[in-house]
Amino acid sequence: MEGLRKYFPLRGPLGNVNAHVQAVDGVSFHVAKGETLGIVGESGCGKSTTARLLMRLIDPDAGNMVLDGDPIGHGGLTLRELRRTMQMVFQDSYASLNPRHTATEEITFGLRVHGIGRSEAREQARSALRLVGLEPDMFADRYPHEMSGGQRQRVNIARGIALNPRVLILDESVSALDKSVQAQVLNLLIDLKERLNLTYLFISHDLNVVHHVSDRVLVMYLGKVVEVGPVERIYQAAAHPYTRALFASRLSMDPRQRVDAVPLVGDPPNPVRPPSGCRFRTRCEMAEAVCAAVEPILSEQGALHEAACHAVTPNSGHSRAGGLAHAA
Amino acid sequence: MQRDPIVEVEDLSVRFVNRDIDLSVVSGVSFSLAAGEVLCLLGESGSGKSVTMRALLRLLPPHAQITGRIRLAGRDVIGMSERQLESVRGPVGAMIFQEPMTALDPVFTIGTQIAETIVSHEGVSYTDARKRALELLEMVQIPSAERRLNAYPHELSGGLRQRAMIALALSCRPALLLADEPTTALDATVQIQILLLLRSLQRELGMATIFVTHDIGVACEVADRISVMYAGRFVETGPVGDVIARPSHPYTAGLLQSTVHAGSRGQRLPSIPGAPPDLADLPNGCSFSPRCSRRLAACDTSVPPLVGVGEDRMARCVNPLLVAETVLA
Repeated sequence: MEGLRKYFPLRGPLGNVNAHVQAVDGVSFHVAKGETLGIVGESGCGKSTTARLLMRLIDPDAGNMVLDGDPIGHGGLTLRELRRTMQMVFQDSYASLNPRHTATEEITFGLRVHGIGRSEAREQARSALRLVGLEPDMFADRYPHEMSGGQRQRVNIARGIALNPRVLILDESVSALDKSVQAQVLNLLIDLKERLNLTYLFISHDLNVVHHVSDRVLVMYLGKVVEVGPVERIYQAAAHPYTRALFASRLSMDPRQRVDAVPLVGDPPNPVRPPSGCRFRTRCEMAEAVCAAVEPILSEQGALHEAACHAVTPNSGHSRAGGLAHAA
Repeated sequence: MQRDPIVEVEDLSVRFVNRDIDLSVVSGVSFSLAAGEVLCLLGESGSGKSVTMRALLRLLPPHAQITGRIRLAGRDVIGMSERQLESVRGPVGAMIFQEPMTALDPVFTIGTQIAETIVSHEGVSYTDARKRALELLEMVQIPSAERRLNAYPHELSGGLRQRAMIALALSCRPALLLADEPTTALDATVQIQILLLLRSLQRELGMATIFVTHDIGVACEVADRISVMYAGRFVETGPVGDVIARPSHPYTAGLLQSTVHAGSRGQRLPSIPGAPPDLADLPNGCSFSPRCSRRLAACDTSVPPLVGVGEDRMARCVNPLLVAETVLA
């Protein structure tokens, strides 16, 4: 079992060519086989950039990635092999389908690129459509504009799974759907994961949806990982002040228990010139001198649970942290 | 305590008609709203919630045909000329949008835009208007308001831009605030800031407010009453707490059950089968019946009327869930 782990460490700064937006800066994590890792954070925190780096839709400035024991590039897996193993489903179901392709053409296109014969590709497309709950006789020849948003997103998922990938990156894949349809697609994704032994990277700004599907959750803020851990631990006993504020900002769903006080003031800062030290310190009520001077690194908070905050890191020099500094 | 309603809507219908299409987007919507009340129109895309709200200020494209009766502060809106409408838009009803850049002009500073609006509606001097613009920015809690008066919209962050748009909407002291998904595009930590701001402004200024949203969580945070829309019609209406706790219309119940919430982890979500109907091809009877688990023969003969289902509660259903029996787990 140990040998079957997947590792996706990504390290090093990503500088954008024109402006040096520090979209993703020194992000490392791993996803175990068969697990769902949820990635949450607000717009601009780098969660979608991370996904695009993993798929190599954009090239990282630095960093390494290992998929099932094989490094990507440098004599390891080629990009084509990578994309056969890992597929991605985007938020906008309309924009991610070619308007001049029928559902079958859309799905077979990728299969043909990967060297599968015409008739076999058609057969695989039909079975992929069946898997996502679209009756092939009805939907195989439909164009995107002839389908509803939910059906289009199912075609996107069918395209994603047609190559039998092992990892599926779901980037806000259910966010644009109406609630009644979102539930259907979420159920489908959970079923597919079981049936096809998939590993999911589930990126979303919707904390309730991430809670529903994830095994572990990674929280990002301004291009950095601030906290990662098992889902229940993150949702009930978060260590990082940003994670706590983010969860306190959730709407109550109960008019008798409305949110009374603003959990966090201000907007996220500009990622072009992020604050020194801890990037969250400008909005953090626990910020001290050490937070501006030294960048916090992920420190252990329990089993599989890590947070990057001086206040919970022993010996960090923060007055709330345990250890030597506190004793002195 | 019965107050004169700010908004009275009776049997409002909106059709979009041109050479190729004739769509009933809103059908038979009636409601009224008094000062200080907050109504939420909840619905999915295409349910007619935004069109209903825009019809109140006649902010619809020319091919929209509005029928029925709309009275704002006692004045009939449907028969108004464009000129008369100008005296309603702003001082009587003001609107805020999801995307602040649709309301703000990119080439003028925030201060100029607000001051000019005040000058043109209230006829005060520019200096006085500018002073009031500053007060407004302070009221919507924009930090360093004095400096922000001279900022252009693109120089502000998303949350500040949203606040500036709210200040602009409040500049003519409206009796009615119309909010069209004002927080949908915002991040969670900013969304709650804006919702709390709107809630406190609404109370402070005693405005009647209509909130359009697809998010039940938003409705729970701000609404007094809620009207659930489906395919252009009100299908359920009542006090927000009662409707959320004990929905009566099967659509409302299904929507609530299929919404992911804190306790749903590890369970299969009960989902509503199918998709919202095509407005060009609506069923004869209840629009929801093809997706409904409580469907009866009578559902498909004619559109059911809104019937009382409890204190201050209405549902457009021939087989509603009894309010007493539907307690959500």
